[in-house]
Amino acid sequence: MPAQRAARTNDEADHPSSPVLQFGPDKPLKLDAGSLLSPFQIAYQTYGTLNDARSNAILVCHALTGDQHVANTHPVTGKPGWWEVLIGPGKIIDTSRFFVICSNVVGGCLGSTGPASTNPATGKPYGLDLPIITIRDMVRAQAMLVDHFGIEKLFCVLGGSMGGMQVLEWAASYPERVFCALPIATGARHSSQNIAFHEVGRQAVMADPDWHGGKYLDFGKRPEKGLAVARMAAHITYLSEAALHRKFGRNLQDREALTFGFDADFQIESYLRHQGITFVDRFDANSYLYLTRAMDYFDLAADHGGRLADAFAGTKTRFCLVSFTSDWLFPTEESRSVVHALNAAGASVSFVEIETDRGHDAFLLDEPELFAAINGFIGSAARARGLSA
Amino acid sequence: MTVNRAQRVDLEVVTDLIPANSRVLDVGSGDGLLLELLQETKQVDGRGLELSQRGVNECVARGLSVIQGDADTDLEFYADKGFDFVVLSQTLQATRNPKVVLDQLLRIGNRAIVSFPNFGHWRVRFSLLIKGRMPVTKDLPYSWYDTPNIHFCTIRDFVNLCEELGATVEKATALDANGQKIGLSMPWWFWNFFGQQGVFLWQR
Repeated sequence: MPAQRAARTNDEADHPSSPVLQFGPDKPLKLDAGSLLSPFQIAYQTYGTLNDARSNAILVCHALTGDQHVANTHPVTGKPGWWEVLIGPGKIIDTSRFFVICSNVVGGCLGSTGPASTNPATGKPYGLDLPIITIRDMVRAQAMLVDHFGIEKLFCVLGGSMGGMQVLEWAASYPERVFCALPIATGARHSSQNIAFHEVGRQAVMADPDWHGGKYLDFGKRPEKGLAVARMAAHITYLSEAALHRKFGRNLQDREALTFGFDADFQIESYLRHQGITFVDRFDANSYLYLTRAMDYFDLAADHGGRLADAFAGTKTRFCLVSFTSDWLFPTEESRSVVHALNAAGASVSFVEIETDRGHDAFLLDEPELFAAINGFIGSAARARGLSA
Repeated sequence: MTVNRAQRVDLEVVTDLIPANSRVLDVGSGDGLLLELLQETKQVDGRGLELSQRGVNECVARGLSVIQGDADTDLEFYADKGFDFVVLSQTLQATRNPKVVLDQLLRIGNRAIVSFPNFGHWRVRFSLLIKGRMPVTKDLPYSWYDTPNIHFCTIRDFVNLCEELGATVEKATALDANGQKIGLSMPWWFWNFFGQQGVFLWQR
């Protein structure tokens, strides 16, 4: 069984259930780490139709454990797309009006080149031989995908969390290619606390004997226990104390009394174990290492001489930032510092903080105020862009 | 919307002061009434700063470019002369440090437009003089213990502060109790007595 799952991990990375764009030796991806990634590939999904003027394209950037299946049934889990509440025909991001693109990030594990992909130099999965990937590398690869569609300027780039980091990077790296930007529940850098949580997750993966120094696929193994623990710890940070208390309290799981043992007595334990188990089914452990690292390394101000406003100097892009009151991973202050930088750069910016106890993950949920803000922002930007309703 | 607009003549006066296609920052943009009016009638490039999250969310849902923030602390993040006009409408009296706020307005905008309730209006004077009570009027509907308005001034006071800040008044309008403009030919003391609101355009 583990051997089968290991084989599937490599297969999904090389031959995903999505369209794939391959870049040969003539089109390498220049990495911040200093090397070139070549050849490489990007797996993506699109929804809707690109108009003749190629002006109605929206790029959705996925978060750490997301993927390109934003608005279709997931090929591995059979679950609905991760942002189907927002994106689809007649939805707030209406795919009968907009051309929506979502690609798996480089370093991911669902078809874009990542550590589970076969290294053409060895014929074996890359493992840790893949250079470190940064948020800017992901965005550079996405820009190559957007070029492929002949799209000069994206109407909108949006995403939450790590997706939001990519949105900010897009706006900073390619200001003339982004008409409007919608970074949600994110920040211009990863905080010390966030790096700390990620390090716990990585150490959990690496402590699993099945990790084999990152070469587990060569052994037909996967460090599932370590990755599950990493997911459990991370999942706590996506929620809030209030939401956990509301949902689980100290309720017991399928039992009348404490068992005086280490079974999952409490509902919250059972819930987290379930989160861990279902996650390892669809995610590659090394990808988790690479993508958490990419987030840790992200510091947009540092890339621009220490002054965040300089990242956005002269920008014509319209921005709307959204934060959530109970998000302790990317608290409102992180968004606010981006807003202040955009103010200093004279940018057009809206900023909405939404009151909710659902924590960081609120951006993935049915939050009426979030949808109202996105709707208002996209609607007015579409009018300014001359896109008919 | 239209109902509210009819009640806020000061918004019309402010709108009249702003040429088409200007870059405008509305400080204390509330539910976005003025910004919307300016966008519709003057096609301005408008931005807003609003204290209440509810007001901000409403504005953004209506497609306006508004952020949550406090005039007392967040104006410092805006670039020098980033706007043609900065508007502070019916908000000055609620700021903790009006002098600093006014100074910031003049730094951020080429011109500043400020409208405020005149505490020198005869009804206010009457309430204190005859009734010996803090005034509660149509424009100032709060009791002393629950009012957000902590820094009242008269038209006269305001003019003095402008001078202190080295600003010159380009245009000034006083509105009477019915929201009608008081004739330009009237002297300051008349405005200060009969003006319920002052609307000032100034620069430095």
